[in-house]
Amino acid sequence: MLASLFLATVLIAALSGLPGLLGKDLDGKGAARLLALSALGGLGVAGATLAGPGWALDLAWSLPGARFTLRGDALGALFLMPVALVPAILAHYGTAYWPDSEHDRAPTLRFCFGLAVAAITLLCFAANAILFLVAWEVMAITCFLMVASEDRDAEVREASWIYLVAAHTGTLCLFGGFALVASARGSFDLGPIPMGWASGLPGTLAFLLFLMGFSLKAGLMPVHVWLPVAHAAAPSHVSAFLSGLITKMGILGLVRVMTWIPDPPLWWGGTLLTVGGLSAVLGLAFALGQRDMKRALAYSTIENIGLIAMGLGLAGVGKSTGNGTLVMLAGSGALLHVLNHSLFKSLLFLGAGSVAHATGTRNLERLGGLLKTMPWTGALFLVGATAIAGLPPFNGFVSEWLIYLGAFQSLPGWAWGACAIFALCLAGGLALATFARLFGITFLGEPRSETTHLADESPQPMLSAMKLLAAGCALIGLAPFLVFPVLDRAVSSLGPNLPYLRTQASPGLLSLVNALGLGFAWIAWLSLRNMASRPSGTWDCGYAAPTSRIQYTASSFAQLLEEPFRWALWPVRHLPRIRGLFPGPSHFRTEVPDPVLDRGLKPLFTVSSWVLGWMRVLQAGHLPIYLLYVVLTLVALLAWTLT
Amino acid sequence: MIRSALITLALGLVQLALVLILSPLLLGIVSRVKAMAAGRVGPPLLQLYYDLAKLARKDAVFSRSTTWVFLVGPLAAVAIPASAALLVPMGSGRGPLGFTGDLILFAYLFAMARFLTVLSALDTGSSFEGMGAAREVAYSALAEPALFLGLAALASFSGSLSLGPLLTAAGQGWGVASGPLILVLAGWALVFLVENCRIPFDDPNTHLELTMIHEVMVLDHSGPPLGLVLYGASMKFMVLGTLLVKVCLPTSGNPWIDWPAFLLGLGALAVGVGLVESVMARLRLNRVPQLLVVAVLSCAFAFLMLLLQPVSK
Repeated sequence: MLASLFLATVLIAALSGLPGLLGKDLDGKGAARLLALSALGGLGVAGATLAGPGWALDLAWSLPGARFTLRGDALGALFLMPVALVPAILAHYGTAYWPDSEHDRAPTLRFCFGLAVAAITLLCFAANAILFLVAWEVMAITCFLMVASEDRDAEVREASWIYLVAAHTGTLCLFGGFALVASARGSFDLGPIPMGWASGLPGTLAFLLFLMGFSLKAGLMPVHVWLPVAHAAAPSHVSAFLSGLITKMGILGLVRVMTWIPDPPLWWGGTLLTVGGLSAVLGLAFALGQRDMKRALAYSTIENIGLIAMGLGLAGVGKSTGNGTLVMLAGSGALLHVLNHSLFKSLLFLGAGSVAHATGTRNLERLGGLLKTMPWTGALFLVGATAIAGLPPFNGFVSEWLIYLGAFQSLPGWAWGACAIFALCLAGGLALATFARLFGITFLGEPRSETTHLADESPQPMLSAMKLLAAGCALIGLAPFLVFPVLDRAVSSLGPNLPYLRTQASPGLLSLVNALGLGFAWIAWLSLRNMASRPSGTWDCGYAAPTSRIQYTASSFAQLLEEPFRWALWPVRHLPRIRGLFPGPSHFRTEVPDPVLDRGLKPLFTVSSWVLGWMRVLQAGHLPIYLLYVVLTLVALLAWTLT
Repeated sequence: MIRSALITLALGLVQLALVLILSPLLLGIVSRVKAMAAGRVGPPLLQLYYDLAKLARKDAVFSRSTTWVFLVGPLAAVAIPASAALLVPMGSGRGPLGFTGDLILFAYLFAMARFLTVLSALDTGSSFEGMGAAREVAYSALAEPALFLGLAALASFSGSLSLGPLLTAAGQGWGVASGPLILVLAGWALVFLVENCRIPFDDPNTHLELTMIHEVMVLDHSGPPLGLVLYGASMKFMVLGTLLVKVCLPTSGNPWIDWPAFLLGLGALAVGVGLVESVMARLRLNRVPQLLVVAVLSCAFAFLMLLLQPVSK
């Protein structure tokens, strides 16, 4: 019953873009409705799976080694919740953001979107390696097509190529990993692996391959290269989809690997924790240096994935050291952050999309003062910014709180936990700076360019999509006890005999303190309500004619914090050149290119394509030369057999 | 069950009332000590109360650049220390609403207040306030790790993740683990000074916008909103000061001793801050991060010492 409902959900999502492709669905309103229907089905399956004992489906498949095996477990159901809910909201946003009248590729984009949603829905419950890889590949290719939607732009073409190369490098690693797992289990069916395998050579190799393959999708440093370019190049609702859901499939893979291994070596968790901590801190340091709103959000995705990896790493350490409380706290923090991040990051990308739609630019140095012309978009963006900075009373705080609790919990037995705490709070401080900058520079103060003056509030479908996501952030933040039973069920698959989450953390008092804080703020507001006030200009310290040009800029706001991270960021400075007694006008500019992509991989690929270019001498394209090769080979073989 | 709930309620109300009523007095003590050290008479002890009463009656002036975000900063400045006051232990061994993990909420509540203050500064569009906002987020990003590493040291010492038992155990720990406690106290004292914008990090009385951090962010606030900012700052002084006082003070278990001792401790803290402000000059701005790194290292060393020399309790 549940299995059929699930398959129907997948099918509806996959076909949602088809009417549009046939020209029967203007602006994708029908596709959005179909996706909403499949979201209802998906949430129903997730709820029933979490409440019930789980389900399974096993069908024969003609591919060698493959079976169409689905296993409905609580862990998959937890991932299914955002995977079902968020795309429907994004599609609703897309009806106004990417209408057919402005973009001739819109129907193709919606078709790919539906297929990608179907693929990631299948991934949640896929229990056969071949099925997993097929769904994985469908996801990769449809996302490539979506990123490349505006391929008249050279930047977009380059971004989509980078994405495709990264995606396929990842898939290659997964082939290796799944082959090793299959040889340990004797079939391509995914499930528990016998004790002792993990610490041997095949186990080590498989872990490294899985780590590489899934990190490439999730965007952990230093293999995050596709995120900043692809997120900036894609249409905003696709960026939200990539950041909110596609990267989470990498996390799903890592979590699945953890559930199969009964005895992970300690260094597995430690490695994941280190990589996660580095991604968390450096992701934000890079986000602070960006002037493009969507690139900054993409780097913040790397940070959030880093936080999730830290939670998983701590849970892995807990599993290795037999600390069940640690597995429970850190694991549920990581899984809750998966859900939370899909909500607030989608919200922020949609907000950035609305801003770009209204002003025509994503450059922070040209924005400003938008809260007056776009009050709703601004307020909703603020909710997302507060939530993603991990501040109470929104949902980001709850998941970070659980990861923190895990890190503190690990301390008595495992002192490296202090490094995790250090990384977490450094990331917390940097996240506050990043999002104060992003919201403050974009929406507050005075406009920094003419186009910003002309901005209009977004139309209703865009706003209502953002409102739904913001409501989700507020609900989980104010009433975290609602999701605790779900986490209890989902995390129990990470290790044997885990304690209940509700016995380890008290969300009730957390909500009470948050509610009291809001109450106090309300009382303070009552005290201000009747004050008399008069308008004036901003106090300008004696300047007679302040203009918006003397406002603090995004780059100067970040400068103090970039200084300690220069060793990693390698910012490029364009210094003014001042010559002569009466120098002409000059300007100063800094930018932060991605060191791995722009300084590492691109030069490497340029050099290797130059070196491999010499091989082209052998491939001249003349038939006689190829015939000569055949003859030479035959002669060589003849000589070899005769001697 | 009902009895313990009533006791919690009473304790919460007492702590809230203390913070609401007494906090401006502490800043009065600071400025009185500074005046005495400089050989001046100085303002009356209750000066901040008079200021607040005056500001409450005044009109507010709002810049045409500002929006509703401009008012959210002052609201949070008051509401957040008030709710954080319910998490810390004062005269008793527990915070009224203390729970496992409240120390993280405590730190993040103040981060939320900082976030909103920074936004209300950016809302004016003034470059001075932008400058102050940038400094505030940069220095607090360095101060936060010091606070958390100190908490990690005390958590592994006390075996508790709730501020009440954690600080009480620290207060009882003198003699068993004096070295680490001194280091944590030193690191936290620096965090306390930077969080409350005191000399040597920031000067609450200066009028040179270019050298200020926190004060420059509230340049545009006036009338009742400015009153809320000042009142909130004094409440923050008292609530964060509670951490320092509780680490220094052992708890006897007798409320008739503990509560007066706690209040005297707060008074002593205010005197200490006044003395520091009298004998020190404000640091050059580029020296500030170095001192904050010292605070981080001090708390990290405390953690390592507790690690190498496990204390049997």
